[in-house]
Amino acid sequence: MSELKYRFRQAKNYVMFSITFLCTLLTVGVLFFILGYMVWHGASSLNWDFFTKLPKPVGEPGGGMANAIVGTGKLLLIAALIGVPVGFLGGVYLSEFGRNNRIGFLVRYATDILNGIPSIVMGIFAYTVVVLPMRRFSAVAGGIALGIMMIPIALRSTEEFLKLVPNSLREASLALGIPQWKTIIRVVIPTGFRGILTGIMLDLSRVAGETAPLLFTAFSNRFWSAGWLQPTASLPVMIYTYSIAPYEDWHRQAWAAGLVLLMLILFVNVVSRLVLRRRLAMGV
Amino acid sequence: MTDRPHPQNAEALLPQPRTGWLLRLAPSLGGPFREANWGDRALHILTLGFALSSFALTALIALALYRNSILSIEKFGLRFLWGTTWDPVFEQFGALPFLFGTLVSSGIALLIAFPLGLGVAIFLSELAPRWLSDPIAFLIELLAAVPSVVYGLIGIFVLVPWVRDDLTPVLKKTLGFLPIFSGPSYGVGMLTAGILLAVMVVPFITSLSREVLMAVPASQREAALALGATRWETTRMAVVPYARSGVMGSMFLALARALGETMAVTMVIGNRPEIAASLFAPGYSMAAVIANEFTEATYDLYLHALVEIGLVLFAVTIVVNALARLLILAVARKSAEVQV
Amino acid sequence: MQIPARRITAVIGPSGCGKTTFIRCINRMHELVRDAKVSGKVLVHGEDIYAPGADPVQIRRRIGMVFQKPNPFPTMSVYENVAAGWRLNGDRRADLDEIVEKGLRMAALWDEVKDHLNKPGTSLSGGQQQRLCIARALAVNPELLLLDEPCSALDPIATAKIEELLYSLKQTYTIVIVTHNMQQAARISDFSGFFLMGELVEFDRAQKLFTTPANKLTEDYITGRFG
Repeated sequence: MSELKYRFRQAKNYVMFSITFLCTLLTVGVLFFILGYMVWHGASSLNWDFFTKLPKPVGEPGGGMANAIVGTGKLLLIAALIGVPVGFLGGVYLSEFGRNNRIGFLVRYATDILNGIPSIVMGIFAYTVVVLPMRRFSAVAGGIALGIMMIPIALRSTEEFLKLVPNSLREASLALGIPQWKTIIRVVIPTGFRGILTGIMLDLSRVAGETAPLLFTAFSNRFWSAGWLQPTASLPVMIYTYSIAPYEDWHRQAWAAGLVLLMLILFVNVVSRLVLRRRLAMGV
Repeated sequence: MTDRPHPQNAEALLPQPRTGWLLRLAPSLGGPFREANWGDRALHILTLGFALSSFALTALIALALYRNSILSIEKFGLRFLWGTTWDPVFEQFGALPFLFGTLVSSGIALLIAFPLGLGVAIFLSELAPRWLSDPIAFLIELLAAVPSVVYGLIGIFVLVPWVRDDLTPVLKKTLGFLPIFSGPSYGVGMLTAGILLAVMVVPFITSLSREVLMAVPASQREAALALGATRWETTRMAVVPYARSGVMGSMFLALARALGETMAVTMVIGNRPEIAASLFAPGYSMAAVIANEFTEATYDLYLHALVEIGLVLFAVTIVVNALARLLILAVARKSAEVQV
Repeated sequence: MQIPARRITAVIGPSGCGKTTFIRCINRMHELVRDAKVSGKVLVHGEDIYAPGADPVQIRRRIGMVFQKPNPFPTMSVYENVAAGWRLNGDRRADLDEIVEKGLRMAALWDEVKDHLNKPGTSLSGGQQQRLCIARALAVNPELLLLDEPCSALDPIATAKIEELLYSLKQTYTIVIVTHNMQQAARISDFSGFFLMGELVEFDRAQKLFTTPANKLTEDYITGRFG
């Protein structure tokens, strides 16, 4: 092979890998750009009012998003009430009873389908099933939409973490004469608990940022929503509403809210990673 | 049990068979319920019930979507899919502008995100040492955790002005003769939506591709290198083709994500139900029109038309997701076969 | 095959000959494998543990098992591990402390852990963990103790400790031990059974089996002609 051809191949090698390096820089750069920009625009708008005051009447500057923060909390609570038990218990089934059978396969398949359904379609579903019969927007409707979205991830992650529990522990317990159900409840689940909890926290943080399913279920509210059957403000919907409106002050508040939401979500993600890495290192 | 049993007591020690209503429950199901004691069976049934809810919910959602779009389905039939007029005032509903918008914006997104994401995946799996690759992969996964509405926020206030003021002049100067770059550019439009979507789906392409690339057995790389190939040639000819199905699968996964993306798209696409040749023109997507007009649907047919769009979206994303998983399954099977 | 009480019976044979499967049939652990089938009888003190209506959970309660790799429960302390057989079944006994101490003493572990009962079970060394598993099995007073290659994951010193332990335990318990280490079997067992390709080839007093085996196959295995 001629020297020139070889040089050319070497050069091509260098160039192509440089391109991949640049791609990486670009992508990671975008992340830092988003973070930096949010902090820059959002931090200056964050003040005590943001967390404690209600929104001011349209057009008036000032006010806060206290009701939206509480609203998001309410929605997440309802979502957890639906998503956590179903996901957790379903995951227990897949790991302890359904590892190799037909039902297990079908459940996993259906779960993947459920996971792929766009969030706006979930909103439509909750609308038809909750809002229409009740003839009102409510936190319950929004919570149900979010809760259903939580199920597939909670289910799969519970299954994964339970499968990580070594079989030798199950055998040790069974050999002691402990029935399977007690083995599952008192040995397997506690051993996999930390991972399962982390998975659920990550799942919650994911639905906390969802906007589309709330647009016509929980809708929004410029005041406090009493109870669970009122239209309820939420952080993501406020961000959306404020950002497309023509008021500068609202834009400012949208940045602040976006920063709060983003920080919360990233926090959960980073902490989860750290917790899980320690777990995997412990060999459990 | 503190005393040792004697053979004489053998009879008394034989455990009594445990029967009861729970055990008799579904004995005909045979396979799944083999447990001898009631506690196991109870737990089995309980967890199975919850597991089947995935199934039930998917079916319920499909059913609800269908029943609530029936008016529109019956009135427009298949014409719905290629009708170009979306006029709530005159009760004319055609979904083509939204299908067009969804497909084009997602197409642009993939056109940008696929090479970019694959490039990053190659860098992370072939070039970067482990101590660098893992943290960077994590950072890129964080991009996937950023909520859609935050992307939209950045889209409106950063991307739109940038496209309008910086990108458009450059494109017009160089490629302005092409119809896709013709017409005025207000910043919001198909191109902007495509770019924003690209950023949002890159993490999916990267993390999945990186995984499958790293799973390519070292023996493949070694075989190519031993033949005198450069690292890049090895990657291009031995590694990537081996992981081809997985990489394709990641693309379909990303596509499924892009198709269903609502908030970021509606904030930057312009929300005009028109089909235009230019990428600078505003457009509309299926998810965006649902988001914007759902609460304004004042009469039943309007609502049903919107739900029908949701039904179409539902069907399309299911198909694309199924394709994605088929491809990923093919990779899993292949690597299982090759384990030596 | 008759396993005599209060003696150590060793099950030997080359890899894959079915030793582990055999021993797991004794406490019905093989049933955990999906398509497992079993025929015939296993009589423990005269009762067939495979009789219809027999509860495997109760049977496993009466037969203790120690596994190849030590597997203490990671979320429990040393104390809780030994007490696990009682606590996990909901048996809240007042004398749990004494049971734990007795179990640990029988496993020759008490002196080493008596001041550290609250440390996690996994914080012990490999050999100690295995003795912990033995203590855990003994704490529920089994009629029979099964050990599946208990020393294969341990160093020679820990192995010697466990062999010593088994020798002292045989005064109280009937022990069946699976081992791929012929020398170990020759050292500690009273009776031995040689398995090959899923069949019991020969069963006899250890002394006789290892010096003048009746079957040619046994002799070939012992002298190292295969295995």
